[in-house]
Amino acid sequence: MPSSEKEPLVADHVLEFPGGYTRSVGPVIGRFLTELRDGRLVGVRTASGGVLFPPAEYDADGEAVTDEYVEVGPGGTVTSWSWVPRPRATHPLDRPFAWALIRPDGADTALLHALDVGTFEPGADPPKSLRTGMRVRPRFRAERTGSIRDIECFRPDVTMITVPSRAEYRLNAGRALTRFLDGVSEGRLLGHRCDVCGKVYVPLRGLCPVDGVPTTDEVEVADTGTVTTFAVNNIPDPRAPQVPFVSAYILLDGSDISLLALVAGIDADRVRMGMRVKAAWKPREEWGRTMENIRWFEPTGEPDVPFDAIKDYL
Amino acid sequence: MSRDVAVVAFAQTKHTGEDAGLTEVELLAPVITEIKQATGLNRFGFTCSGSLDYLAGAPFSFVSALDTVGAWPPISESHVEMDGAWALYEAWVRLQHGDVDTALVYGFGKTSQGSLREIMTLQLDPYYLAPLGPDQVSLAALQARAFLDAGHKEDDLRAVAARSRAAGRANPYALDLPDPADEGYEVAPLRPHDCAPITDGAAAVVLAAGDRARELSGHPAWIRGIDHRIEAHSLGVRDLSRSESAALAAGKAGARDVEVAELHAQFSHEELILREAIGLADDVRVNPSGGPLAANPVMATGLIRIGEAASWIHRGEARRTLGHAASGPCLQHNLVCVLEA
Repeated sequence: MPSSEKEPLVADHVLEFPGGYTRSVGPVIGRFLTELRDGRLVGVRTASGGVLFPPAEYDADGEAVTDEYVEVGPGGTVTSWSWVPRPRATHPLDRPFAWALIRPDGADTALLHALDVGTFEPGADPPKSLRTGMRVRPRFRAERTGSIRDIECFRPDVTMITVPSRAEYRLNAGRALTRFLDGVSEGRLLGHRCDVCGKVYVPLRGLCPVDGVPTTDEVEVADTGTVTTFAVNNIPDPRAPQVPFVSAYILLDGSDISLLALVAGIDADRVRMGMRVKAAWKPREEWGRTMENIRWFEPTGEPDVPFDAIKDYL
Repeated sequence: MSRDVAVVAFAQTKHTGEDAGLTEVELLAPVITEIKQATGLNRFGFTCSGSLDYLAGAPFSFVSALDTVGAWPPISESHVEMDGAWALYEAWVRLQHGDVDTALVYGFGKTSQGSLREIMTLQLDPYYLAPLGPDQVSLAALQARAFLDAGHKEDDLRAVAARSRAAGRANPYALDLPDPADEGYEVAPLRPHDCAPITDGAAAVVLAAGDRARELSGHPAWIRGIDHRIEAHSLGVRDLSRSESAALAAGKAGARDVEVAELHAQFSHEELILREAIGLADDVRVNPSGGPLAANPVMATGLIRIGEAASWIHRGEARRTLGHAASGPCLQHNLVCVLEA
């Protein structure tokens, strides 16, 4: 067989200075790296009076710099950036990040470094907060050696905080809700019919919010009903079976007002207005005086209710 | 007063987007053979090449390439660790001496064997830049961002990519790349189609002076101006939205009234920055070959720009054209060559 028809003959090859390449840094870059090891950013004064950062022996016009070092930053401004949706092995961060040119306060030129703007999924588009002009500061490593990587990365200035907020209570359900939940503890859903308008309100509440009159006429309604409207939720909830889950308004048969509950047993994208559902009760031995006796509502498989039949309950 | 020197011949490989199983020397050899046959020359007054040892990861890999030229008895030869366009510049300077009349210039690059984005990191300042590991595309994207911030749109970049790829499909030497698709960012704001493709290839040019040029070609492309300028390496001291060095080189080379310009733009935004810096009028045909966005055999790409620009004159289809080459991160170093019938 001629050689051209065989598999290509290939081999791995590495070009490397084992342990790294040793370089002298000279007095100017050496001063910068020494200050950096101490956690300070310094630039050098140029002959024309500007501050070159990071320092070099000559400025961009080829003029030798002075021997005056100027502390700059640590705060700085992003003058340009690029966004890396998929970091490469050689990159300083292993999740999406930005490269940025950063001009520290007091300097006239900018430094290239990595900018960490938070945690993103691989492949993410650049966040809206990432902008030319944004304010940033360096995050120094605890152990510094005198290297540009003594700065782990830059981070945006603080513009938002999260504040704990919590107060504790002991709530009494009150007369009407206690009566309703007593019913639920026996597997019954109770409402009140209004003497004036005739509508049935579930849960019962002891008054008609439309007519403003007390109600006492107790009615038991079915645990079957119709979805009037619903929302697909993508934020996890301990009561919901999965994400995404559906919360829906359900018009129980015999009631005139819909009840907010979870819908399960069906993919979120197949739930629809007018869908018939039935309560999925927990095992009786787990029942208490709580709506949690009903895990959620599940489809009955009956035909959907036409929109006209529910349009007044939305 | 400079001596009249012309591009009298140009040859290039049919570039490939993947490893075709050839070494750099094997890529180059047919191009050298072709250009020797085209000019009838076997020996040249001077030979100069441009290549990058880091592409193959082998020191002095450019020396092996001399086997393709035939260097015995010893020839007068030089090499630049740069794009072949700078080898052409050195050859042009050498021809100014007046004692030799012909020069062979070539460049070659096989980028498919390593990771070009990281290999290009090795050219960076070892104190402030290289330790951070910024790759070539990440740095180019910083310049693209600065360009967009100066009042341009991402759609402008896409238009450059679309036009370049369409032109490349019509060029038998360039890659066959599809129209830009709706892809995510490679490194924002650059998308994959805004970046030159990985390419293997080689190219060669023959320069000749005065009457020798007229003997070798019916339509010599005379070098009317050639100049190259460099600016600071540190990206933080430059205005990345413009290219001062390209503007300066264009001015010195007399880049006016050209009909065709071949620009060494490895990223979409670079073409737009260069157009502005060189001062190209709207009616100038830019990168009719497809340019580097359609084929980027590193270290030959700049030389090909001059070769393509010369070919318009060789074919008698243009009177005044321009070839440009770039080197270093974010268009740090620019060469402009103005050619005339």
